[in-house]
Amino acid sequence: MTDRMEQVEIAGGKAPVIEPGFTFGTVTDKISSIVLTRPTSTGWFVGFGVAFLVTMMLLFALGYLFVKGTGIWGINIPIGWGFAIVNFVWWIGIGHAGTLISAILLLLRQSWRNSINRFAEAMTLFAVACAGIFPLVHTGRPWLAYWLFPYPNTMQYWPQFRSPLLWDVFAVSTYFTISLLFWFIGLIPDLATLRDRSENPWAQRIYGLLAMGWRGSARHWHRYESAYLLLAGLATPLVLSVHTVVSFDFAIAIVPGWHTTIFPPYFVAGAIYSGFAMVLMLAIPIRKLYGLEGFITDRHLQNSAKVMLATGWIVAYGYGIEAFMGWYGGDRYDAFTLWNRLHGPYAPVYFALLICNIGIPQTLWIRKLRTSPLGLFLVSTVILVGMWLERFVIVVMSLHRDFLTSSWGMYYPTRWDWMTYLGTIGMFLAAMFLFVRILPMISIFEMRTLLPEAEVKAE
Amino acid sequence: MKTTPIYGIMAEFDSATALVEAARKTHDAGYRKIDAYSPFPVEELAEAIGFHTNRVALVTLIGAIIGGLSGYLMQYWMAAVDYPVNVAGRPDHSWPSFIVITFELTILFGGISAVLGMLALNGLPMPYHPVFNVPRFAMATKDRFFLIVFSTDPKYKPAEVRQFLESLQPRSISEVPS
Repeated sequence: MTDRMEQVEIAGGKAPVIEPGFTFGTVTDKISSIVLTRPTSTGWFVGFGVAFLVTMMLLFALGYLFVKGTGIWGINIPIGWGFAIVNFVWWIGIGHAGTLISAILLLLRQSWRNSINRFAEAMTLFAVACAGIFPLVHTGRPWLAYWLFPYPNTMQYWPQFRSPLLWDVFAVSTYFTISLLFWFIGLIPDLATLRDRSENPWAQRIYGLLAMGWRGSARHWHRYESAYLLLAGLATPLVLSVHTVVSFDFAIAIVPGWHTTIFPPYFVAGAIYSGFAMVLMLAIPIRKLYGLEGFITDRHLQNSAKVMLATGWIVAYGYGIEAFMGWYGGDRYDAFTLWNRLHGPYAPVYFALLICNIGIPQTLWIRKLRTSPLGLFLVSTVILVGMWLERFVIVVMSLHRDFLTSSWGMYYPTRWDWMTYLGTIGMFLAAMFLFVRILPMISIFEMRTLLPEAEVKAE
Repeated sequence: MKTTPIYGIMAEFDSATALVEAARKTHDAGYRKIDAYSPFPVEELAEAIGFHTNRVALVTLIGAIIGGLSGYLMQYWMAAVDYPVNVAGRPDHSWPSFIVITFELTILFGGISAVLGMLALNGLPMPYHPVFNVPRFAMATKDRFFLIVFSTDPKYKPAEVRQFLESLQPRSISEVPS
């Protein structure tokens, strides 16, 4: 019913979820033609080429890392975590928006999500893949990373289940698996559409293989809808748990600045905050380049901006409580952490974080900015930078000056740190380029359900 | 005479409303081995062809329970029975530490069961199916709606079924070779 209500709202002045005038046929053609018939543009080749080269830089940086070891990075005692963990937390947080859009908004019957869930889920997968690289290579001997899993072995040992780092292994691998399943079952009906629309025999075979013989039977749809809803119901607590578990990596430790109970909610809100920023940074150019303004309308941009505004304030509350507890808690080390953030050597990073995450996003209160794609794109960029700085503040600034002044130190990233970080951005973009080229980036069958004629009229 | 066995007779409709109405009438006319095909999920359709409950939720529940139990028992056995390590004097069976992985494995097993259960109950993957022999059926994944009466239906008589389907005013009718 809500879907239809939103159609009516068009007259009421709100931007529509889908532009009027589309039919089942035109929705199908419009989305599937991007994959099947539209010639690949020069822009795509250039964009993919650049992203691919940056990915090669990542492989180079990792290859050198495997030869030399983590000594090529800026990490050392006392800052043993450095960029690897900063980037891990940043990437995995970005992934959260995809699951929020696909699962939580599905359960809340927010049908506007139907046009952005597919590529947001793809974004989740690629972001989690980028995130996964970091703890893996940070182990120092990534070829032994399988030791983290409980498998019967000749060393006759089992992993230490009381360690949050092991919880993280389970949380992140479960998150990746469930996200992949969710994305894949969402794709099955659309793969069947591509199978039937495609004229290239190889494309027919490949899409046909992946569609697994989907034929849209009423019985199949019935079970499909059950499975989809159940998966959404399972993914909802999962997505809230993943960044909670990531925050346990910090909060369970006694390091000042980490040992705090605000971390789980504040990490989850920050994750969704940065995730929506990434969704907008991808959606705005994609809808422009592929002429999809009819599907990803100003309504989607506005709603995403509102989510960012709300989660941004939860994050701001987190910063406030951290500072308040530093002052009110009476623990001298916590108090020093606060002082060190404001006056220490990394203070500019802390102030930049406050400006990026609390200051500039307040412009989203202005309606005009929420409807301006360029403005939203810029604010999203600022938020992504801000959230990265936040993780830098948490990881580096807490570690570099803890209890003993004799063990204080400074952390300076090396060129290998930067190459690895920028390399994962290249890998992420290369994967996105491939995704928009070979798979329908908007869920075709869910878009059909948004049309007025999808409603079964009573006799 | 014809020798190819017939899988069923299929009628094509233009809208979800027409299909649901036709499916209801067919079911009311006493045909039980029928199916309907649509390019997107139509809530009323499963009911119209007399398909009310599915077991996906049960499969998911069983999977989730197995996941949770195996997650907890695995940790208990490994940390308290087979390889107890004294960490700062904490009990070997320190259950609060085991909650996170128990939770994650509950979700993991539940999710995998939901997907595999759905596919298995649907009989997928099945790359070949007789309905694909009808050329117009390619439109079922775009904007057309189909209803089929299978030849295994006890009331199935080719001429009668065809006549009945024609009375529903479909866009076209085709025989589905097996």
